[in-house]
Amino acid sequence: MRITSREIFETIKMVEVENFDIRTVTMGISLRDCQRTKMRDMCDAIYSKIMTKAENLVKVAEDLEAEFGIPIINKRISVTPIALLADSVEDEDLTPIAVTLDRAARDTGVNFIGGFSALVEKGFTQGDKKLLTSIPEALKSTERVCSSVNVASTRAGINMDAVHLMGKAIKETASLTADKDGIGCAKLVVFCNIPEDNPFMAGALHGIGEAEAVINIGVSGPGVVRDAISDSPNKDFGSLAEVIKRTAFKITRAGELIGREASKRLGVSFGIVDLSLAPTPEVGDSVAEIIEAMGVERCGGPGTTAALALLNDAVKKGGAMASCYVGGLSGAFIPVSEDAGMIRAVEEGVLTLAKLEAMTSVCSVGLDMIALPGDTAASTISGIIADEMSIGVINKKTTAVRVIPVPGKQVGDFVEFGGLLGKSPILDVSTVSCAGFINRGGRIPAPLQSLIN
Amino acid sequence: MEKWRKLTEDVLKETLKEEQDNPKIIVSVLGKDRVGIIAEITSVIAKLGGNIIDINQTIFRELFSMNMVIDISNAEVPFVKFKEELEKKGKELDLMIMAQREDTFIKMHRI
Repeated sequence: MRITSREIFETIKMVEVENFDIRTVTMGISLRDCQRTKMRDMCDAIYSKIMTKAENLVKVAEDLEAEFGIPIINKRISVTPIALLADSVEDEDLTPIAVTLDRAARDTGVNFIGGFSALVEKGFTQGDKKLLTSIPEALKSTERVCSSVNVASTRAGINMDAVHLMGKAIKETASLTADKDGIGCAKLVVFCNIPEDNPFMAGALHGIGEAEAVINIGVSGPGVVRDAISDSPNKDFGSLAEVIKRTAFKITRAGELIGREASKRLGVSFGIVDLSLAPTPEVGDSVAEIIEAMGVERCGGPGTTAALALLNDAVKKGGAMASCYVGGLSGAFIPVSEDAGMIRAVEEGVLTLAKLEAMTSVCSVGLDMIALPGDTAASTISGIIADEMSIGVINKKTTAVRVIPVPGKQVGDFVEFGGLLGKSPILDVSTVSCAGFINRGGRIPAPLQSLIN
Repeated sequence: MEKWRKLTEDVLKETLKEEQDNPKIIVSVLGKDRVGIIAEITSVIAKLGGNIIDINQTIFRELFSMNMVIDISNAEVPFVKFKEELEKKGKELDLMIMAQREDTFIKMHRI
C-alpha cells in the first residue's frame, strides 16, 4: 500500500519543525592490532588503521542524509579503550596517542573521537594507571578527543582509588583548560556499568567484545516527543506512555534504516541503534520541556522524577519494538548546559544538584554537563562521583558523571561553552568535606543480587 | 472466491518485491497556491526522465500540497542530481520541494 499524505507530512513535520535528526553515525574501530612497544610505531599504526576504516564515513553519511531526507548531525569514531594498548609501551605519558587520535579525527572529518579510556572498576593495570594520569594533558593538547573511565560496575563494586584519582583528574583538566572555562572536562566522563557500544560522546568507546569495525547509530528527537505530548493534554498515563512509545518507534526505525544502509555501504557490520532523547541548546529540543509538557510546571519540581521515569521507560519500549539491535544508553539524557529548559530551571532555582542526582536514578545516564564552582575540592568531586556510581551499582544501570569545575567562577556566575555544549549557570554544591571518606582507598564491595528492597 | 484470493496474494507479493527491488522516491511540495505549479514541476521531472507512479494533490485554504511517487530507475541523472534540480525549481517558484527515498516513510510508519 502506498504511503499516505498524512504519513509524509508527519515525517516532514518531525524533521522541519520538531528538530528530529540522526544525532550521530559513529564508527567503532578496534585498535587491538595496533599494540606496539615503541610509542611512535603505535601511533603510526593507530593513525593508518583509523584512516583506512573511516576513510568514507563522512561521505557516506552525507549521501544518506541527502537520499533519505533526514539530517545526520554528527559523524564520529570510537576506538578500543586506549589503556588496553598502553600496557605494551614503555612510555608513561600517553598524550602522543591522544594527539594521533585527534589528527585522525580531523583528517577523516569527524567532530569527535572517543576511546581515550580505561575500564578500571576492579583494579588498575600499568596501562590503566598511565592513561588516568595522562588524561588532563591529553585533553589539553587535543580538540576532538573524548575520554571516559569506568570506575564501577554492579558485578565488581566501586574502585574508590579510581574515584579518588578521577576527582583529581577533573580538577587538573579544568585548570589546564582554564583559558576556555575548563572545557576539557566536557570531554571527560566517569562511568558505572559503561555500555561498550554507545555512539554518543563523550562516553563512546569500542568495547572489547565488539567486532573489527561496526556502525552504531544515535537517534534523537526530544522535540518530536514534546509535541506529541502537547497534542494530548488530557490523556491519562497509560495513553501518554502509548504516545511516547509510538513516537520512539518511528524515530528508532529511521535510525535503523540509516544504520543498515551505512553499514552496507561502508562494508562493516551494523551494531546498534541507541535511542536516546539527547537535547541540544536549540529552542524546542529539550528534555526538560517534555517533563513540563506532561504537567510539571518547571523541570526540577515535585513530580519530575516520576515524569522522567515514565518517559525513559516508554522510550525504551517503543525503541525495542522498532529494532532488533537497540543498545548503547537508550533513554533520556539530562545534560544541564545542553538543554534550554534545564538551564532555565537552574536559573530559577528550581533544579538543584540534589534533584538532578535523584533524576539520574531513573534516566539513562547521569549527572551530565554540570558546571560547578571553580574552587570545588577534588575530594568533593570524588564524593559526587562515588554517590552517582553507587546509584548505578545498586540499581544495575549505567550512571555517569561529567562535571566542570569552572576555574574562577562562583555560584551566581554563568559559563558559555559554545556550540552543542551550551551554557550554564554555576550550580551550588555542598562544601561539607568528604575527604576522610574518599581518602580511605580500596574498593566498595559488589552488592548482593538478592534481598533487593 | 478462490480465484480472487490467489490474485490478491499474487499482486501483493509482486508489489512488495517491486518495492524492494526498485525503491521509489517521494517528492513532496508545499507552498502558496497559484496557477501552473504542477505543470512546472512535472516538466522538470519529465525532462530528467522520472516516471510519475502516483500523485496526490490538494489545497488547504491557500496552501498547495502535493506528494508524488516517482520511479527514477530509468532517469538520466542519479538521485542526488534529480533532487538538486527539483530543489532549484522549488527556490525559483518559492515552494518547499523535497525528494526522499520512499523507504524513509515505509520504515517509519509501517510495521
